[in-house]
Amino acid sequence: MGVDIIFKIAAIGIVVSILNQVLIQSGRQEQAMMTTLAGLVIVLMMVAKQIMTLFETVRTMFQF
Amino acid sequence: MEIAQITGIGLIATILIIVIKNQKPEMAIQLSIITGIVIFMMVIGKFTAIINLLSDLSKKTNIDTIYMTTLLKIVGIAYIAEFGAEICKDAGEGSIASKIELAGKVMIMFLAVPIITSLLNLIVKLVN
Repeated sequence: MGVDIIFKIAAIGIVVSILNQVLIQSGRQEQAMMTTLAGLVIVLMMVAKQIMTLFETVRTMFQF
Repeated sequence: MEIAQITGIGLIATILIIVIKNQKPEMAIQLSIITGIVIFMMVIGKFTAIINLLSDLSKKTNIDTIYMTTLLKIVGIAYIAEFGAEICKDAGEGSIASKIELAGKVMIMFLAVPIITSLLNLIVKLVN
């Protein structure tokens, strides 16, 4: 695990917000909403995996 | 110079979070979670050495290992509860954060029960 995941999530966030704005400008509100939701779910899956790793590490380190 | 690395990661992540926060606050929260995890993973190696030192010391001084493991468990619970509560607080959910803290306190109290019991037994024995 490295720093690249931070940049990955930041890039996803920026790209999704740009897509969101473009879609809203062209009058496709539902698709903009869907893009936001998809980006959020993708990032949430990455974050959930990392949180699981963190909790496993803490559990093994502190001998639960 | 690991500390320079960690500070750099923190500063860069902060700037990225501020950039994203205006457009997508939910993404910013996830970014801050990941930053916390990455920084924790960087220091975890040093922490293992400290824990090994503590357990060596307790072995040398014949302290019961139950106390040592309880202590470590309490530190772990406190860390996890603090991690979650701070993220909830950052997202503006102060009430959920205080519930997580309450749960952490209850768990710590529950783990400390055997120690408190043995202490009380000792006191009762002394009094009688």
